[in-house]
Amino acid sequence: MSTTAIKTEGISKRYRIGASEGYRTFRETLTDAVKAPFKRLAGLGHPVPENETVWALNDVSFEVKKGEVLGIIGRNGAGKSTLLKILSRITRPTRGRVELRGRVGSLLEVGTGFHPELTGHENIYLYGAVLGMKSWEISRKFKEIVEFSEIGRFMDTPVKRYSSGMYMRLAFSVAAHLEPEILLVDEVLAVGDAAFQKKCLGKVGAAAGEGRTVIFVSHNMGALETLCHRGILLEGGCKVFDGGIHEAVSKYLAKSLETDKSPLENCRRRGAGKMRAVGFRLETPGGLPLEAAKSGEPAAFCFDFENRSCGPEERVSVSFSVQNEREFGLFHYYSHFSGVYFTDMPAKSTVRCLLPSLDLAPGNYFVQVCTKVAGETDDWPQVLLPLNVMGADFYGTGDPNLSTWGPMLVKGEWSLRRST
Amino acid sequence: MDSSEADITVIGPESGSVFVELKELLRYSELFYFLAKRDIKVRYKQTVLGGLWAIIQPAFAMIVFSVFFGRMAHMPSDGLPYPLFVYAGLLPWTYFAGALSSSGESLVVGSNLITKVYFPRLIAPAAAALAGLLDLFVASFLLAAMMLWYGIYPGPAAFLLPLLAALLFFCALGAGLWLAALNVQYRDIRYVIPFLIQLWLFSSPVIYPASIIPEGYRFLLELNPMTGIIKAFRLCLLGGTPDWVSLLVSAAVTFALLISGAWYFRRMERTFADVI
Repeated sequence: MSTTAIKTEGISKRYRIGASEGYRTFRETLTDAVKAPFKRLAGLGHPVPENETVWALNDVSFEVKKGEVLGIIGRNGAGKSTLLKILSRITRPTRGRVELRGRVGSLLEVGTGFHPELTGHENIYLYGAVLGMKSWEISRKFKEIVEFSEIGRFMDTPVKRYSSGMYMRLAFSVAAHLEPEILLVDEVLAVGDAAFQKKCLGKVGAAAGEGRTVIFVSHNMGALETLCHRGILLEGGCKVFDGGIHEAVSKYLAKSLETDKSPLENCRRRGAGKMRAVGFRLETPGGLPLEAAKSGEPAAFCFDFENRSCGPEERVSVSFSVQNEREFGLFHYYSHFSGVYFTDMPAKSTVRCLLPSLDLAPGNYFVQVCTKVAGETDDWPQVLLPLNVMGADFYGTGDPNLSTWGPMLVKGEWSLRRST
Repeated sequence: MDSSEADITVIGPESGSVFVELKELLRYSELFYFLAKRDIKVRYKQTVLGGLWAIIQPAFAMIVFSVFFGRMAHMPSDGLPYPLFVYAGLLPWTYFAGALSSSGESLVVGSNLITKVYFPRLIAPAAAALAGLLDLFVASFLLAAMMLWYGIYPGPAAFLLPLLAALLFFCALGAGLWLAALNVQYRDIRYVIPFLIQLWLFSSPVIYPASIIPEGYRFLLELNPMTGIIKAFRLCLLGGTPDWVSLLVSAAVTFALLISGAWYFRRMERTFADVI
């Protein structure tokens, strides 16, 4: 079973940046056509200046064995999507070569190819064909697909009347029944409610169990760690790590700390600005940097301050608030709520607030910081600072993938009192 | 399923010949069929008159042309009743105009597919051009009714009609491939298409018979592949023997258009997802 399923040799992809590519108008082409002979005479030629190009991928080589589940990790712009686009033959590499053994199915975005005017039933066939399924294959699995989607009653309704949740469910149900030998998955699991997400993750896991080769791109470290055995870390288009998934994840988390520049430094802000928040990070209770918080584990919120014109006697109260991706506020915590005021602030300082247990469900959140000096709002940067919360074994049951729909987690004692 | 040797795919900067890989197209024939079916199903969704629009459009054009060119301008029509003459020309023309614009727009309209899924890109314009054939079929019922009304019946050359329809499809596809590929890079094409169709209509013998063009300039008209096709359509349906030379010239120009279109399309194909 150790045959190679995917082999890439030094693949690189160069994109031009700026307006020179993309939409060229006739006028540009015509003027170029007129200029071209002169340029050639002058020896300028056509090659694009290096500063107008960017290497989205640079000399990436790896091999994936049949049945292996590989996770690709990297920040936005690291080249993950470009890599998947090359592997799924949507775009070609500028240099290098890829060999794929077996039928490839790629899920770069679920639901592309759905037509809003067609019914659910018709769209199953259309989308199946778009994903490369044969119509007998779709017919064979039709019942299963409808059952998986849990929206069987709406099969004869045009998809444009669906809610977005139903739409995604149907799309994913079709996609989940794709049975290629090589499966490429890009971040598509971020759809639907948590229960459905879990079902989908299970399906990808099952695909791996059946000996399919899977390449999985995600920002969900929890999902990556449960599904994959091996991880490749991309950075600026280059492969910087290739090995066990856990090591890859921790390398990624450590790396992303170093490069983060604080968005607090250049942003609009409100207030007099005697004090100024200039940095935000998370720390472990022991003071080590923490890239992503974990559900139910301690996290210290640290804010760096500069004192511009705050007198030593003035009382400073620092606050931070957390909201979810829908800008729904979860809490707002001023230090003075706990009776804490800071005085005699030095030129540079760090205010730290240790939460013994961060009871947030896994997901992406945003932090805002706001400072009061002598009871007046003094510094309120108008910026949302990202806060990632990863799944952890919150309830101590060994299952990090909690299916919950709300942002908060609670933990308590359950009991049953029999009334006889 | 076991991954046999035949299932190896190699991806490189230049992989795949510039010539169309027929095998690959064959593998995706099902998608081709589904996309064409989609276009047909979607075309008249949420309209009251539905498929009747396929008849109404050429029928109204026929009425307008009959009034202005037939009645008022006394346009000659090779001895046929002008309405019948113009409708027999409008049938292939309406299909051609529709297929040309929908295949020319197919890649840009389907750009989400192009950037997210792999399939031989040629399928998109081909499916768009194929879908229009059903409208052509529907609209020909009116022609049959008109022929009964005027008492004009097709000659033995009518057996050529399926061949002519195929030639018409390839002609629209050939031009459509050029436009589709150019449209990805130059959005100007979007504005060129309606304009081009209008000019093309006037340089094809739809409204007028080819015979009104002075002998010395007629070869220019014949270089337009639609000329031979429209003339042959009329003759097949309304009696007479086709002008073989004219039809062969049209077929030759059509295939030159198709092959060059496919070549240009394949050459540009690898950059579609990056540029679109």
